[in-house]
Amino acid sequence: MNHLAGLPPWVAVLVGVLVLLGAGFAFTGSLGLLRLHDFYKRVHAPTLGSTLGTFFMVAASVVCFSAMQGRPVLHVILIGVFLTLTTPITLMLLVRAALYRHRVEDGQQMPPR
Amino acid sequence: MSHGFLAVAVVVAQFLLLLAMACAIIRMVRGPRAQDRVLALDALYVNAMLLLLSIGIRTGSVLYVEAGLIIALLGFAGTVAFSKFLLRGEVIE
Repeated sequence: MNHLAGLPPWVAVLVGVLVLLGAGFAFTGSLGLLRLHDFYKRVHAPTLGSTLGTFFMVAASVVCFSAMQGRPVLHVILIGVFLTLTTPITLMLLVRAALYRHRVEDGQQMPPR
Repeated sequence: MSHGFLAVAVVVAQFLLLLAMACAIIRMVRGPRAQDRVLALDALYVNAMLLLLSIGIRTGSVLYVEAGLIIALLGFAGTVAFSKFLLRGEVIE
């Protein structure tokens, strides 16, 4: 990792902390996906990775590449913007599909439309 | 000193992301229902995209960012297609 040796020390520490935070949030979200008991409880967990995890990882990339190339490198933000726009849409569609399937199977316990 | 911390932090972050992908894969194999598997696939591609970003930081190449953007686009399209299939498809378990 010779290219990282040219970074100033505070930038290196900042990028390290941001990368660890992002990966930690993503891991927490996936662990929740594995450990929770019900689909409607599980559906909240991975959004932790796709919002906070992506935010911290994108911030780490922006800081690292900007410090390495000496100019602002901002097109990494596109990933964050795109995931923030699409995650609610996918989860709404998925939960609507799950509700539809539950209603078809046993319509007594589910709330009406 | 600080660069050693950065190297260790990136490796630890990649290990955490691999563990996260393993959790998603276990949930995708276990099920128990189709919507759980689709949700696990969604989490799996988000974690893979984060892993690509951390590889980009480790190698200092901006090319991995474009690959991550493509993964985000295609993963969104895939999850929407699976959800529409679950909503209107004929296969009801």
